[in-house]
Amino acid sequence: MALLSKKDTNLITDPLADNNPITIQVLGICSALAITAELKASLVMAISVMFVLGAGNVVISLMRNIIPSKIRIIVQLIVVATLVIIVDQVLKAFAYELSKTLAVFVGLIITNCIIMGRFEAFALANGPWRSFLDGIGNSLGYGVILIIVGFFRELLGSGTLFGIPVLGDPIEKTGLYATGYENNGFMIIPPAALIVVGIIIWVQRSRNPALVEEN
Amino acid sequence: MASKTDSNVYTVVFAAVMVVVVGSILAFLASFLSPNIKENERFEKQQNILYAMGVNENGDDTGSVNFIPTNKVEDEFASYIKEQLVIQGDKITEDNEAYLIDLKKQLAAMKKGEDYKLPVFIGEKDGDKFYIVPMYGKGLWDAIWGFIALDDTMTVQGVYFDHKGETPGLGANIKMRYFMDDFKGETILNGTQYAGISVAKGNNDPLNKTKDDNEVDALAGATITGNGVSAMISETVKLYKPYLETIRAK
Repeated sequence: MALLSKKDTNLITDPLADNNPITIQVLGICSALAITAELKASLVMAISVMFVLGAGNVVISLMRNIIPSKIRIIVQLIVVATLVIIVDQVLKAFAYELSKTLAVFVGLIITNCIIMGRFEAFALANGPWRSFLDGIGNSLGYGVILIIVGFFRELLGSGTLFGIPVLGDPIEKTGLYATGYENNGFMIIPPAALIVVGIIIWVQRSRNPALVEEN
Repeated sequence: MASKTDSNVYTVVFAAVMVVVVGSILAFLASFLSPNIKENERFEKQQNILYAMGVNENGDDTGSVNFIPTNKVEDEFASYIKEQLVIQGDKITEDNEAYLIDLKKQLAAMKKGEDYKLPVFIGEKDGDKFYIVPMYGKGLWDAIWGFIALDDTMTVQGVYFDHKGETPGLGANIKMRYFMDDFKGETILNGTQYAGISVAKGNNDPLNKTKDDNEVDALAGATITGNGVSAMISETVKLYKPYLETIRAK
């Protein structure tokens, strides 16, 4: 027996393409705008969300039959907040340097609408294993977009990737800058992310017209 | 879904149980981990103070910030920091645990008009004397803080900045070396006036060659964090001015 049935595999692969959380479900846009000025931050955020969404989906799925429907959103919020605080505290005690890097992401994770969105749409109605796969799949789909946006914003905005200069030195005018090229300061500010995400949405929908919404 | 989960009594009981369970998990975890966390925070403060006076493991490149490793920091701190002073009104006393003073609380006490303590650390490296002063201020989203090391001509010998929640890739870059290194060699004096150092947008000195203009180049896309850094430095300078006057070489 295969580890993952075909249906289970789809839980992972769908969010990467035709059911991407950012470009199709339009969840998690806020953090996609906020932290994609650098590739490194995008990557850290993607990994953190993967952890929280995977674990959170399992917890919510296990509790799905006992959660009172009237207060389910509050319960979901408490689960995310608790998970994030536990991780934060454990890191602070045993991996302090790492916790410093992640500290700024904590608030962004708790308020990330992908997490609440997947709890509400999937974990409340499915078993733990499938919920876990859904969590991993969606956070991968989210991460891919974050990394694409981060790549273009850092490259065009700062001329670096992961903080390493790849286009030469903008102040000493070496490399590409010797030809008169300049970094585009606009790429550093959040509205640029909206444009990059918009272009990704456009490309994706023109390749697969079935995704285009009617209105 | 079963109808029992819809009843009001169930909802209230569930909420109460959940609060108790989650509360106790977090309380237990926090008290269990707090000695470790406190220790880490103490090491971090020592690392930051040493970093500001140039005791760190930075390479020659302008890449990453490398502190003295935590297993060595206690000894290094003891050997480089010769004196720790606490300024309280006109009184200056020595206190070997001055570095544990939380500047945030002291500033809050000052605002309420209560007594407050200001720590100063005197470090010595290769025969040079450094006066290291802590700073605390506001960024865009949350607190920013740091340390500034001065010599007796009021020239900055090094700084360290940190923040709680500035935007990654933008304001968070105040703790990058390319930003912090720019402060080195700048003077906080303008003539004989204490001016601080401002983080300047549209600076016509991006290479930071002019060291007496009280300006360093700003971070693109992080105007408010940069303004926060400027304000933090000028507040600190104002606060410590009486002490700095006593050590300034004239």
